[in-house]
Amino acid sequence: MRRALNTAIGVVVLAVMLFPLYWMVNASLLPSTELIKPTPTWLPIHGTLDGYRNALSSQGRHLITSVYIALGTVGVTLLVAVPAAFGLAQLRAPLRRPLLFGLLVAQMIPGIVMANAFYVAANELFLLDTPLALILADSTLCVPFAVLILHAFMGGIPAQIREAAQLDGASALRTLWSVILPVSRNAVITAGLFSFLFAWADFLFAVTLTTRDEAAPITVGIYRFIGAHISDWNSVMATGVIASLPVAALLVVAQRYVAAGITSGSVKD
Amino acid sequence: MNLRRLAFVAPAWLYLIVFYLYPLATNVRMGFQDFTVSSFYTGVAPFAGLRNYREVFRDPAFAGTVTNTVLFTAGSLLFQFGIGLALAVFFRRNFPLNGVLRSLLLVPWLLPLVVSGTAWRWILETDSGVLNRSLLSLHLIDEPVPWLASTSVALTAVTLVNVWVGIPFNMVILYGGLQSIPDELYEAAQLDGAGAWRRFRHITLPLLRPVTSVVLTLGLIYTLKVFDVIMVLTQGGPADSSQTLTTFSYDLSFQQLAFGHGAAVGNLLIVVAVVFAIGYLRAERRSS
Repeated sequence: MRRALNTAIGVVVLAVMLFPLYWMVNASLLPSTELIKPTPTWLPIHGTLDGYRNALSSQGRHLITSVYIALGTVGVTLLVAVPAAFGLAQLRAPLRRPLLFGLLVAQMIPGIVMANAFYVAANELFLLDTPLALILADSTLCVPFAVLILHAFMGGIPAQIREAAQLDGASALRTLWSVILPVSRNAVITAGLFSFLFAWADFLFAVTLTTRDEAAPITVGIYRFIGAHISDWNSVMATGVIASLPVAALLVVAQRYVAAGITSGSVKD
Repeated sequence: MNLRRLAFVAPAWLYLIVFYLYPLATNVRMGFQDFTVSSFYTGVAPFAGLRNYREVFRDPAFAGTVTNTVLFTAGSLLFQFGIGLALAVFFRRNFPLNGVLRSLLLVPWLLPLVVSGTAWRWILETDSGVLNRSLLSLHLIDEPVPWLASTSVALTAVTLVNVWVGIPFNMVILYGGLQSIPDELYEAAQLDGAGAWRRFRHITLPLLRPVTSVVLTLGLIYTLKVFDVIMVLTQGGPADSSQTLTTFSYDLSFQQLAFGHGAAVGNLLIVVAVVFAIGYLRAERRSS
């Protein structure tokens, strides 16, 4: 009985915490006439998909831009983080502690400081309004996290695995590629998924490094959409729901990998 | 061999220098330069000494911005932590669906802040927002509260949303900390007749202290950086009433195009971040 009561309390807490998301989905399905009625409509029974049609036609381009940028960020992040984590955890490269410390501290630099400097640099290099500028800027949100998580995982891979590969004559690069990477697959996927998530959600760099609407990713798209169509909550909320979908999908997948990453060992004693 | 090992970490070093150290140095330098729009065309930004700082301090919005930043940060931390801790303690209990409920609670934390901020903007809308409508029909208020449009409540509303954003993070980390406290301690205390409050006060709180300091310092550094939530809800307005140092710096650089001023405010943020980063590293060392 007491246990059931606790579950009930937990459900209520969850309902309160998730209410804003429910309210977003609800508004995304209700016609604007319903939204301005004096009493709120709690369930979208007489729903419409007009909001989603509007959202896709006006924001579709921003969504595609966001996909490019997020994928590019994953690429850059892994390209820097995987070799670094391998060098740190397996090869015990010199100056390990300063590098890890530097990455830890780098995460604490206020984003607006980075944005100021990136704007100046992007302007000088004619990179404003290009996906490349946003990919590079967004990767700064991901690289420290990716190195730290991959380093932790690769540190747990027994040295015998690498030594066996090297006895067979494999170079360090080859060892990384065909031995260490497959073993660390879950950690790599986790780092990649979170990088995607961070880049997808970025707003600060997106709003500072794009000046033209065509170049803007979805976060800036929504932001300008509210500014311009404040009365059209239906379409605004539909855009919000669409912008949440990739994240929700990735999380369902990621949860498995995060759990698997912790429990799977490559060598059994 | 040493060289080959270095080759694997060299990109990360280069990355650290180009993408963190260089921007940091650029911003520090710009804070001492007369850096305006024309600097972009002419490439000239004369050294200005402390003039940017003097002008920023004299800006009528500055004092209010500092107060807002302190209130926003303190309010966010207090309630995020308090509610997060209460939830963490609650989820220590053993009941059906515990794990599922706990992982679903993380969802608000992982959504893009622009998206959840937009949802909140709709909830807080003065005329058709569900919050005012519910409060009105419950007769708790007589007329709609302009949550985001009034200088007297905008900061409170923005803080409320930021608390909502931060609760899951606090809960997860504190829950992890609670898991490391052995059950036997609670059982022994219970045998000695200690009530729930005394057990919390004399076992949970002291043993959780290292985790608490990590959560609070990380939360502080994170709260100082908050940008998306405020921009989507109020853009720092109305009349700078919800402006914090971060949004103020953005406003100076990217709206007023006074890049030197924006960088000067950014430098103030760096100083604050450095102080708390040292605090974090100390707390981290103590907890491990």
